[in-house]
Amino acid sequence: MASLADALLDLREMDRLARLDTPIHRLEPRAKVLATALFLAVLASFGPREVSSLLPLALFPVALAALGGIPFALVVRKVALGLPFILVLGAFLPWLERMPALQVGPLVLSAGWLAYGSLLARGILAMATATVLVAATGFGEMCAALDRLGAPRAFSQQLLFLHRYLFLVGEEAERARQARALRAAGRPLSAREFGPFAGHLLIRSWERAERVHLALCARGFEGTLPKRVQGRFRRREWTFLLGWATFFILCRWRPLPVLLGSLLPGGAP
Amino acid sequence: MHMGDALISATVGGTFWAVSGASLAGASRRLRREGDESRVPLMGVLGAFVFAVQMVNFAIPGTGSSGHLVGALMLAALLGPPAALLVMGSVLLVQALFFADGGLLAFGCNLFNMGILPIFVAFPLLYAPLARRGRPGLGALLAAGVGMELGALAVSLETVASGLTGLSFRAFLLALLPIHLPIGLVEGVATALVLRFVARARPGLLVPRPEPIGRRVLGTILGAAVLVAGLLSWIASRQPDGLAWATARVAPALGAAPGAALHRLAAGIQQRTAFLPDYALPGPDVNLLRQRSGTSLAGLLGGAVTLLLVATVGWLLARRRASPPEA
Repeated sequence: MASLADALLDLREMDRLARLDTPIHRLEPRAKVLATALFLAVLASFGPREVSSLLPLALFPVALAALGGIPFALVVRKVALGLPFILVLGAFLPWLERMPALQVGPLVLSAGWLAYGSLLARGILAMATATVLVAATGFGEMCAALDRLGAPRAFSQQLLFLHRYLFLVGEEAERARQARALRAAGRPLSAREFGPFAGHLLIRSWERAERVHLALCARGFEGTLPKRVQGRFRRREWTFLLGWATFFILCRWRPLPVLLGSLLPGGAP
Repeated sequence: MHMGDALISATVGGTFWAVSGASLAGASRRLRREGDESRVPLMGVLGAFVFAVQMVNFAIPGTGSSGHLVGALMLAALLGPPAALLVMGSVLLVQALFFADGGLLAFGCNLFNMGILPIFVAFPLLYAPLARRGRPGLGALLAAGVGMELGALAVSLETVASGLTGLSFRAFLLALLPIHLPIGLVEGVATALVLRFVARARPGLLVPRPEPIGRRVLGTILGAAVLVAGLLSWIASRQPDGLAWATARVAPALGAAPGAALHRLAAGIQQRTAFLPDYALPGPDVNLLRQRSGTSLAGLLGGAVTLLLVATVGWLLARRRASPPEA
């Protein structure tokens, strides 16, 4: 993550997208959460050297993003944030597994390259789907969905409160950072300054939380936020969930691209 | 230390989701029983604080590099373990959802490595007793160092048990443990600095005498450790090339005579090093290779066509959405 200011901008952008009104946004959040969970489970259940059989799964994030009006650039930016880590971690694979696994003309690809490709495909698909899910659902709706799916109440409440305070504390921290940077003439924050810097921020946030809490109590707050309007699982939700489930299982069961490829001229084994 | 979904197999991800989910449920129950739900807004603010402060880098003297706070230990010192676990879980979930920092399937692993281990193992075993004896700084340093190393160990176990990277357990340990020792010490220093400042400026905020580990908590931790070890070995027995290989290496070093362990280690290295050249060139089994590459070529072509199809479908859907709806 580059900086706090960028992170806050990103959060706002995703909150803005979550308020769009599209067929995907109108789906009950539980359907989207469950379909994503199934997607991730199926994605992770593929063997370590499968690349092409993973690819049809890309239809899920692509279709959701397209129908949900989520800009492609945002998804790419999020994926690019997490990709370097996977690139480095998997870079050993081509050296570790040198057994030839694929021959295209004169070029022989080893099992390691396939495993590397598989790792990258998994990472990209998982990160893209997580981004699309939250951008097309909204964080508050997701917390409500988790709550109704049986997540501990204190945890879903904590998520909601965290989301509310992220901007408050984040902006406070950003102001403090800027104030210091303006006076420090480019000198980086030293370890000795870190204690007071973070400590002040902590105390200020804490006191603010106490004030907010008192204000909440004065308005009748009793420990849990009021429930949102509860959506229902209608035919639309069932169709969405079961349709995608069928598609995922089909992808897992048969290597669709191989079948497709063997229909092409020159692709037959 | 955030793990992504790419590194995790479905079994490992599911196992750690179960462990972390049960811990979260237990922590919420405990909070409710203690009537501490009124602290929920405070926990929200502290979560936001941890999120913000993780992005404040400070210079580490004499190294030219910089470090930042991770926060689990500080949360445990400020809120007590159960509330700290909930806060850490919420921070990790927000990072996974909004910043592709750690995966959703890997959320269970990440909460285990960065939440449960420091909060329920390092904090009560190291920080609490030392803080009671008036040495919170030393306690923070030790607990953060040990917590971080435990986390790195868990990352290695989870990745190797998933069997997707091909790296051996030893290679992982050699890569991760040394890197995370300084990270852990920096975490300890940063935690100690913040706690010391808070203790001077607002002495009332800190949990005055953190309770050391109770027998029940210790029992729970041991039980969870046995459960995780059992599940991991079960996974390993199903994936012979991953963890089984690693445990075969590690187990003799723990139990059997050192000579035997060394011998096996040497044999293992020899086998490993002699193993690769054989595989570097196409072996005699040319037919098998043809067969494999035959289907794989179909896979390659088909894969390209699949991606093209998916992109076209996405483009068409987006265009249909963007065009004004028909009356």
